[in-house]
Amino acid sequence: MANLDEALDALTAQAPGSCQLREDRGQGAYVDARRAIEICNACRYCEGFCAVFPAMTLRREFRDSDLDYLANLCHNCRGCFFSCQYAPPHEFGINVPKVFAELRTESYAKYAWPQPLAGLFRRNGTILSLATILAVTLILILTMALSDPAAFWGANDRSGSFYAVIPWEIMVAVAGASFGFAILALIISGFRFWRETGGGSFAQAGPLGKAAGDVLTLRNLGGGGEGCNDIDETYSSWRRIFHHFLFYGFALCFAATCVATVYDHFLGLIAPYAFLSWPVQLGFWGGIGMMIGTVGLAWVKIAADPGPAAPSVVGADFALLMLLFLTAFTGLVLLGLRATPAMGILLAVHLGTVLTLFVFAPYSKMVHGLYRSLALLRNAREQRRTSDAAAAP
Amino acid sequence: MTDFSRVYDVLIIGGGNAALCAAITARRMGASVLILESAPRPFRGGNSRHVRNIRAMHDAPAVTLSDAYHEEEYWEDLLRVTGGETDERLARMTIRGTQDALPFMLDCGIRFQPSLSGTLSLSRTNAFFLGGGKSLVNALYQTAQRLGIAIAYDSEVTAMHLDDGRIGRVEATCQGFPETISAKAVVAASGGFQANIEWLKEGWGDIAENFIIRGTPYAKGKVLRNLLDQGVAKIGDPTQCHAVAIDGRAPKFDGGIVTRLDSVPFSIVVNRDGQRFYDEGEDVWPKRYAIWGRLVAQQPGQIAYSIFDSRSVPLFMPSVFPAISADSIGELAEKLGLDAVALEATVSDYNAAVQPGDFDSQRLDGCATKGLDPSKTNWARTIDTPPYIGYPLRPGITFTYLGVKVDEHAQVCLESGRRVDNLFAAGEIMAGSVLGKGYLAGFGMAIGTVFGRLAGQNAARHALAAD
Repeated sequence: MANLDEALDALTAQAPGSCQLREDRGQGAYVDARRAIEICNACRYCEGFCAVFPAMTLRREFRDSDLDYLANLCHNCRGCFFSCQYAPPHEFGINVPKVFAELRTESYAKYAWPQPLAGLFRRNGTILSLATILAVTLILILTMALSDPAAFWGANDRSGSFYAVIPWEIMVAVAGASFGFAILALIISGFRFWRETGGGSFAQAGPLGKAAGDVLTLRNLGGGGEGCNDIDETYSSWRRIFHHFLFYGFALCFAATCVATVYDHFLGLIAPYAFLSWPVQLGFWGGIGMMIGTVGLAWVKIAADPGPAAPSVVGADFALLMLLFLTAFTGLVLLGLRATPAMGILLAVHLGTVLTLFVFAPYSKMVHGLYRSLALLRNAREQRRTSDAAAAP
Repeated sequence: MTDFSRVYDVLIIGGGNAALCAAITARRMGASVLILESAPRPFRGGNSRHVRNIRAMHDAPAVTLSDAYHEEEYWEDLLRVTGGETDERLARMTIRGTQDALPFMLDCGIRFQPSLSGTLSLSRTNAFFLGGGKSLVNALYQTAQRLGIAIAYDSEVTAMHLDDGRIGRVEATCQGFPETISAKAVVAASGGFQANIEWLKEGWGDIAENFIIRGTPYAKGKVLRNLLDQGVAKIGDPTQCHAVAIDGRAPKFDGGIVTRLDSVPFSIVVNRDGQRFYDEGEDVWPKRYAIWGRLVAQQPGQIAYSIFDSRSVPLFMPSVFPAISADSIGELAEKLGLDAVALEATVSDYNAAVQPGDFDSQRLDGCATKGLDPSKTNWARTIDTPPYIGYPLRPGITFTYLGVKVDEHAQVCLESGRRVDNLFAAGEIMAGSVLGKGYLAGFGMAIGTVFGRLAGQNAARHALAAD
């Protein structure tokens, strides 16, 4: 593990733009966030809501990287906004969910690799929407131009029909390259975040189970037991439920892809698969879950009191929800109509959305999962250290 | 839109915890209820917006409260802080009433959290509200709305007509428009008068101009003054108020908890002339913070400065304002606007008087000065390790004690000894009936909740019996 640390250190040290990770007192969102947190730290009424406030109380001074950590630890449950005696119109005007949402976007850009692509986080909603349209159009045109019209318009779902439209080699090469790049970019970004926010060495085993539990259950959207202020002052669990639909739906779809890969490479079973096969069942229910999740989360965003929301991040949020919805929706439509002449078009459209999702995983709100998980791991370590220290004689 | 033309069974004046407890209780008994809250919606709730816990008696662990806290111990705690200036009958009634307060609060959607970091000493006696007072206020208003209670914000009562021992018409300004309201019974739960600087000046003189009001700017005491002017019995010393020393840079109103400053015991405190004036280490801070407001108020310009060195920094909760720091005492004096020579002399006299000892911030360590007037009797340690740090202090007023006198039914008494037939009171406006002096953390909420429910119950009973 120590070797991994060194290797990643070497890699990130060479990463263009890493010189920007200075520990200065920052500007913009950092100034707002620091001011808010210093007030929170003198108040502490919100300690019971989530992990952010107890983590705050361990500090007196907040460096930019501490703020990056706390902002990414924040799950945007809004409990602290609606219970804040200093929320606008109070002259202190404290709005932690809003400044943290703004700060998260800044931190996504700050830790992005390679740095020249950090600019994609500016106007991310517009960029992601255009990229989706571009990818879908490009794949559609290329497929129509290059594939055999008989296969493209041929109404059949026999084994291998997908690869008659888009050759297997091309599909694997494009998917492999884009997915591989996304994974590399995410690893480097994640490592830089971990290092800059003082996560400590990967070599020491941490309370991974605790952190994984926090990630998988979204415990911090529990608001201390009552749920979140999803819509207004009342508590509910809508966001948590819909996020579970989306997350586990996505996981099922991902599992479907993995199983299909095994079928194809090792069992020699060529897609498309029967409706009752594992890949299709996983993908089908996963797709339904993703659609419920994305529509639900969009509804929560639209219905919610705009007070604690940051207008500058709304575009990126909706663009990603839309892309995830389209990925699931086009996949399900493809499943339903794969025996019709529409199959060729639907396949191209579906793969266009999937490609965008993968390529933009490091440059869209998808990265929140990475930084949130790392922040939770760091928090679990920090809490254990604190309780160990308290238990020591 | 609120209907002001109908006759409500119960009219509640005020919009904090006591008012809402009264409203909810009355409504649950079947009464029609109207709440007049003088603040606009974002600032609703009076000082309840700033509270964080309630002190509750319990014979077994309850909610977040550990062990037991029996009536006798609660009473003794109260007796100690008030120096006996408390009405034993009403106080014990309040104490016993807090047993039912927690279930009532849970039922209203109020939630609790473990005691906050730095307040472990209260985890047995005080139940902390999840999210603090504003969450509590939100939950109470939601409950009120669900029950069909009419709520008018930005509605200030200007006059109550007390004729022949009962309240007749009530005049109010509702969102700028004059309204006359009729109700069969009225609950006055409109708080104290601490935000009324002119009134504070009657007791304190012009120095009250320099007081900072820690809570709501809407506690003007209009209803209180109106009632006292019409022969309602008053209780409590008009010059008494709960005053603590807070950061001098706090806003004039509504700064709440974040302006508090706990550095005094680990510092020396000097006035505008650079002179010390009281033993900073007399006792542990939770037992002394409430006298320092008055001490600072008695100094010229109503300002003082807590001075210490870098070694004291980790020993207390910081206020929200940045520490003023310098590499020498002279430079610090300059930054604080004090006379450098005077401050240097005070610090060096103090340093020379500090006796050796084992410094321990966690207990009364006996580290004292010798031959200094006034002496510092605990935590006296030389100020010699730069950077040197200073915080300005001003008197911060939490609440006033002067109020209306109520009986054990929360019914308001007249100077003649009679009761006002249909007027009940709860919360800060009558807290002086229970607590004449001093303060016990979480006891204000205890009075508000217990008397709020009682006032609501008796007001509803009175109104419904009138039918």
